[in-house]
Amino acid sequence: MTPGDQDSLAAEHPDDTVASFEEEGNHFSNQVRNWLHQTPAAVPLIVLVISTIVFGLVLGSKFFSPFALTLILQQVAIVGIVALAQSLVILTAGIDLSVGAIMVFSSVIMGQFTFRYGLPVEVSVFCGLFAGTLMGAINGVLVAVVRLPPFIVTLGTWQIFLAANFLYSENETIRGSDIADQAPLLQFFGEKFKIGGAIFTYGVVLMLVLAVVLAYMLRYTAWGRHVYAVGDDPDAAELSGVRTKRVLISVYALSGLICAIAGWVLIGRIGSVSPTSGQLANIEAITAVVIGGISLFGGRGSILGSLCGALIVGVFSLGLRMVGTDPQWTYLLIGLLIILAVGIDQWIRKVAV
Amino acid sequence: MKKLLVSTAITMALMSTAAVADVAACLITKTDTNPFFVKMKEGATARAAEIGVSLKTYAGKIDGDHQSQVAAIETCIADGAKGILIAASDTKAIVGSVTQARDAGLVVIALDTPLEPMDAADATFATDNFLAGELIGKWAAAALGADAANARIGMLDLAVSQPSVGVLRDQGFLQGFGIDLGNPNKWGDETDPRIVGNDVTAGNEEGGRRAMENLLAKDPMINVVYTINEPAASGAYEALKAIGRENDVLIVSVDGGCPGVADVKDGVIGATSQQYPLLMAALGIEAIKTWADSGVKPAPTPGKAFFDTGVSLVTDKPAPGVPSIDTKEGTDRCWG
Repeated sequence: MTPGDQDSLAAEHPDDTVASFEEEGNHFSNQVRNWLHQTPAAVPLIVLVISTIVFGLVLGSKFFSPFALTLILQQVAIVGIVALAQSLVILTAGIDLSVGAIMVFSSVIMGQFTFRYGLPVEVSVFCGLFAGTLMGAINGVLVAVVRLPPFIVTLGTWQIFLAANFLYSENETIRGSDIADQAPLLQFFGEKFKIGGAIFTYGVVLMLVLAVVLAYMLRYTAWGRHVYAVGDDPDAAELSGVRTKRVLISVYALSGLICAIAGWVLIGRIGSVSPTSGQLANIEAITAVVIGGISLFGGRGSILGSLCGALIVGVFSLGLRMVGTDPQWTYLLIGLLIILAVGIDQWIRKVAV
Repeated sequence: MKKLLVSTAITMALMSTAAVADVAACLITKTDTNPFFVKMKEGATARAAEIGVSLKTYAGKIDGDHQSQVAAIETCIADGAKGILIAASDTKAIVGSVTQARDAGLVVIALDTPLEPMDAADATFATDNFLAGELIGKWAAAALGADAANARIGMLDLAVSQPSVGVLRDQGFLQGFGIDLGNPNKWGDETDPRIVGNDVTAGNEEGGRRAMENLLAKDPMINVVYTINEPAASGAYEALKAIGRENDVLIVSVDGGCPGVADVKDGVIGATSQQYPLLMAALGIEAIKTWADSGVKPAPTPGKAFFDTGVSLVTDKPAPGVPSIDTKEGTDRCWG
């Protein structure tokens, strides 16, 4: 609406200025909605920036220091990477409850292959990554070929992978100092470097690089566009020549591979190989994805949004801990954020109708 | 041939009657994945085989899985067991089912975790968790010497719900260190300025690292760290290593699992209080057998409300006035 239009509107309804204001308002909100529809990472990014500033104002230099801000990055690295995997699956209107189990089992395979069978650590890492991909592919085949609902498939494989993890590992933890002595490659992603007061780990760098690469793949490659198409309307995608089964299997397999990579990063973060870690990674990843503005109905959202979602959770967790509140407040606020994010998603979706 | 089959069938029937005539017992643990309970199951199974008790074991799927434990108790009653050993996930909610079992004539012994109220079970076989905490508190204070007066202490606890085992260890540590307790039934209400803060770890490496990082963000000069168990301690160590302070912080812990004792040997953990799950379970099985044979219920340790299965401080740097064993002995007696 140009200023000229507004003038003529005002001239037509000289007494009814309220109506013209309302029209103006609607128009503005439609514009915002349109813009948000096109840039789905905007809302989480804005929330992230605002929450960081608010905590910075409340806590001062303690929170607003390179140390604390990069600490948040370190704390979210694992959930962040798993959230990237989860994003891919959710973009296809699926869900993967087994991400945490794949992550832990892969890390246990990397550790046990090295320490139980004495394989060279590079081979073990490769086996772990391969096992993760395979577990993801099993999910993919069950979803795409056997046509079972993703929720049910991964509810099952979650338990299967986790149980296999406990049985295979015999609940044994491989100690950090043994790994540091004999197979330091396993702890590679825990290595850190400093830029001023900021501490980065290779795991953090990996998370950021993975996010950028996946964002590029989703936006600029045929495969990426097919992922969105399958999530939006699988029948239409199939009719227009997308091989939906292949796309789905590839998405789940890639998700498995990314989870296995997260398992490797996990070893770096906790130092040891522990079969009991990552129990809640699936829920945390879904939380990050939803807060990051990816629609659970598929086909809409950006992977960078998920990264922001994970960071928002990290900012709230550390910020509220530093304020000194009961940790339950963190969960309560994160719950509110989830509801808010889904509400905004519904509101934005109206533009497409 | 037919005769042979019949006689085999009869023999087998006789044998199974003999097995039924055995004393039957149940062991119900929190999970089948935590090495502590795995060891407990081993101890119970071994002793049961020795003294002719037929043992069935049950466990929850995860820590806090109350439903499975209720179902397990019901199964044991229906099975005609003489007694139940239980490490309860929900110490209050399980009381109803436990009462039901006792009314049916079973003896119920709480292992490791006391029920609430404690006398809901016939007996409790457990580690004195307060004493376990007190030992590491005394040791830490002695190791610091005069510096204990200006210590910066980080407390890595179990969970926000403050289960009793976590509270007892935490409060025991503070008392041993010489810090005035607030309400001894909860942690986090102390006013001593030496305490930097409390955070929760879920008792694993991941949680230990995160909680340590959170406390370091509050005060990077923490020099004493209490941890609820050794996996949490190992996570805390990683967080300290990341900022290069692993050598000037004293970490103390509780449990005495084999990886934990190895961490004491390597200097990751300064000292840990070792508990004895295997003994707990073996004694429990014996108590059920005694009850079945003679109707005598187990009695608590004199002066305590429960049967104390013992705790020892494991460290290679013994402090004067605090009895301890070295890591060699600790390794011989470790579990998991």
